[in-house]
Amino acid sequence: MSTVFQPAVSTSLRRHPALRPLHGRLHEVVTAAAALVALFCLAPLAFLIAITIQTGADTVVALVFRARVGELLLNTLLLELSVVPAAVALGILLAWLTERTTIPGARAWSWLAVAPLAVPAFVQGYAWASFAPHLHGLPGATLISVLAYTPFIYLPVIAQLRRLDPALEEIATSLGRSPRQVFTQVVLPQLHLPVSGGALLIGLHLLAEYGLFAMIRFDTFATAIIDQFQSSYNGPAANMLAGVLVLCCLGLLVLDRAFRGRERQARVGSGAPRAATRLKTGRIWTVPCLGLLLTYALLSLGVPSLTLGRWLVLGGVEAWRISDLAAAFGTTVFYAAAGAALTSAAAIPIAWLCVRRPGLWQRRLEACHVYVGSLPGIVVALALVTITVRVALPLYQSWFMLLVAYALIFLPRALIGLRGSLAQVPVELEWAASALGRPPLLAVLQVTLRLAAPGLAAAMALVGLGITTELTATLLLSPNGTRTLATEFWSLTGEIDYVAATPYAVLMIILSIPMAVMLHRQSRKANGL
Amino acid sequence: MLGILSSGVSSFALAQAAPAPSPEGIVVYNAQHESLTRAWSDAFTKETGIKVTLRKGSDTELGNQIVQEGAASPADVFITENSPAMVLVDNAGLFAPLSPATLDLVPDALRPANGKWLGVAARSTVFAYDKTKLSEDKLPKSIMDLASPAWKDRWAASPSGADFQAIVGAMLVLKGEAETATWLKAMKAGSKPYRGNSVAMKAVNTGEVEGAVIYHYYFFGDQAKTAENSGNVALHYFRQQDPGAFVSVSGAGVLASSKHKPEAEAFVKWVAGKGGQDILRTGDSFEYAVAKGAESNPKLVPLAQLDAPKVEPSKLDSKAVTELMTKAGLL
Repeated sequence: MSTVFQPAVSTSLRRHPALRPLHGRLHEVVTAAAALVALFCLAPLAFLIAITIQTGADTVVALVFRARVGELLLNTLLLELSVVPAAVALGILLAWLTERTTIPGARAWSWLAVAPLAVPAFVQGYAWASFAPHLHGLPGATLISVLAYTPFIYLPVIAQLRRLDPALEEIATSLGRSPRQVFTQVVLPQLHLPVSGGALLIGLHLLAEYGLFAMIRFDTFATAIIDQFQSSYNGPAANMLAGVLVLCCLGLLVLDRAFRGRERQARVGSGAPRAATRLKTGRIWTVPCLGLLLTYALLSLGVPSLTLGRWLVLGGVEAWRISDLAAAFGTTVFYAAAGAALTSAAAIPIAWLCVRRPGLWQRRLEACHVYVGSLPGIVVALALVTITVRVALPLYQSWFMLLVAYALIFLPRALIGLRGSLAQVPVELEWAASALGRPPLLAVLQVTLRLAAPGLAAAMALVGLGITTELTATLLLSPNGTRTLATEFWSLTGEIDYVAATPYAVLMIILSIPMAVMLHRQSRKANGL
Repeated sequence: MLGILSSGVSSFALAQAAPAPSPEGIVVYNAQHESLTRAWSDAFTKETGIKVTLRKGSDTELGNQIVQEGAASPADVFITENSPAMVLVDNAGLFAPLSPATLDLVPDALRPANGKWLGVAARSTVFAYDKTKLSEDKLPKSIMDLASPAWKDRWAASPSGADFQAIVGAMLVLKGEAETATWLKAMKAGSKPYRGNSVAMKAVNTGEVEGAVIYHYYFFGDQAKTAENSGNVALHYFRQQDPGAFVSVSGAGVLASSKHKPEAEAFVKWVAGKGGQDILRTGDSFEYAVAKGAESNPKLVPLAQLDAPKVEPSKLDSKAVTELMTKAGLL
């Protein structure tokens, strides 16, 4: 595979003596920036280690090696094993149907496949809990997670499908391969980067998600950690559980590394970009294919619409307490926008290193950035509370600290989005800009980042979506009197006041729609740039 | 002379009741249901002009946060749903003493002897059961009976919440550690855990379980709205001073670190006084009013008829409860 993307020009440029020292220094600057971000990211881990040391070995052993932890570990592993493969398979299948077949209404189906992104996971959980009260445990958790998280695979896969050079598939066909063989031998191998990125994101989400599993009565490490915090706040038990969670996350990262591969993704020379031919579904296949798309849309969008619609009708106009709703909406928009900007900026250095300077140090730095995503927001928030109360009191309960928490929690989202789009910017352009007299840092900013700008926008949208629905860290860190859509929705559902809660859910969805639209449009741009 | 004196006294009393409002107002760390505390704070602000900013969280979470913040806490007032979190903050020495006039609003039994906080509302433990499946003769006589094999897999609770943990705290005081630990182990093996009293009640209503240990007001609140989460549900009061008849006291206190103590105390006094207690009677919280002479919502079984066990609120030990529940594998 890799030979396709290896243009001769890059090797000769790479040996150009005038370029190497420049790039060496650039690499140092970027590494320093990434190390600074990683240092912030390590705060929660340092906090966990400090608590572990304070707790003492005997208590740690008693708290970690107990039946309950075994239960949770089994639950969490089973969840990962059932959701990730199912979401990957479904995501690829949906992407292939909407991008590569002549199915009627492919464009509309493509929108519907992305739409679940705009439904917050715990709203999805709440809708299903009302719709099917008996649904719970692993089957329920798996079903709803697959519905909620499949777009994380679908989006990068359609982006990649549109970028692939159809010539490869045509050659394979001309060599006598059947459509199925072309798909498995030519298309599928080229999908592994987007799939591994999406799978890692889903894996992290499953480790850290609270609201969804709380609604559907499935205990994972994240829900148990929050139970412990609500019972004993800073007790060793919760922190030990979080420690086990970090280890689970390292396992995910190892898998991701093994799966990601190391081929070059950018090409030099425009080639002849054109759309691939769509496969005719024919009369026999059209109906089941449409059935699959329709089922996904009905389950992921129909159920929430039904539940929310019912409460909206029941609540009528009185349920819309405009001043409260407007305040929560404004607050949420502010945090989503500011947080998305900060998080994406923080992710740029490490994303650049992943693509341009892969190596042992880069991998370690990257692991620092990513592991935080597996922790429930509350663990991150608590570390920040402890640190600010002790050493930076003026920052305690400030909006800035909440943004820092969001940046830590959602770094993986931004990083994975950016990694993919930076990988498609040929390094030769950066070099050429340097050779033409631009300082290296400026070359990166003006050439690489500009070309990767749509990817940056997509990363911001993904982070914004996350912040819009973040709950546990927001509760702990927000300035006094802060109300966001998510916290209000949560407290009202707790009082079984579904009538008053529903407008908040609706506003969360309305706020999420433009971000989902942006992600979708970005994925459908043929060249990805 | 008398007139001057009395007007002097009354103006002094007024000054006591309503200090001049500062522009920043007070910060209340609120673990009570938000709709109730908002009703209280809105009415209080209307009456006194003192601005109230609420921070949301659960009992133990906020209690621990205050302990963590120590002298630097931005909180002026702490309000909970149950007593254990108040005890937690009190044991850390972080409450300021309340004035006798404020303390005198509620009966002695509903506040600790040290006068650092007081009860402002109460909730009764109940066994919410599915009346389509269970008749009164088939109900457990005591909450302790739920540990028997006969009740295996038939009942629910919300072990992760401070609400249920307060009930376990009462059990620990009344029955001792060994019996409580055994009961919790049976609970782990034979009950279904839900997150939140309301969710547990819904499970009874949909027939997932036959009964649930919750607090009374969830049922009345839902009945007052659409009743769709409690249509098949009836309440069983254990009475006979059973641990299952425990009445949990919601507390309020002023933080020692508060920079607005007069305003903070005015708020606590207002909540425990006529204004706050009337909101309990007329609003849709359905929690019991606790002040001397205050009436609760007429729909409720009167507090005096519940035959609740006598548990000194300050004896409720949330830390011991969490440890026992962690040992039993419920947390």
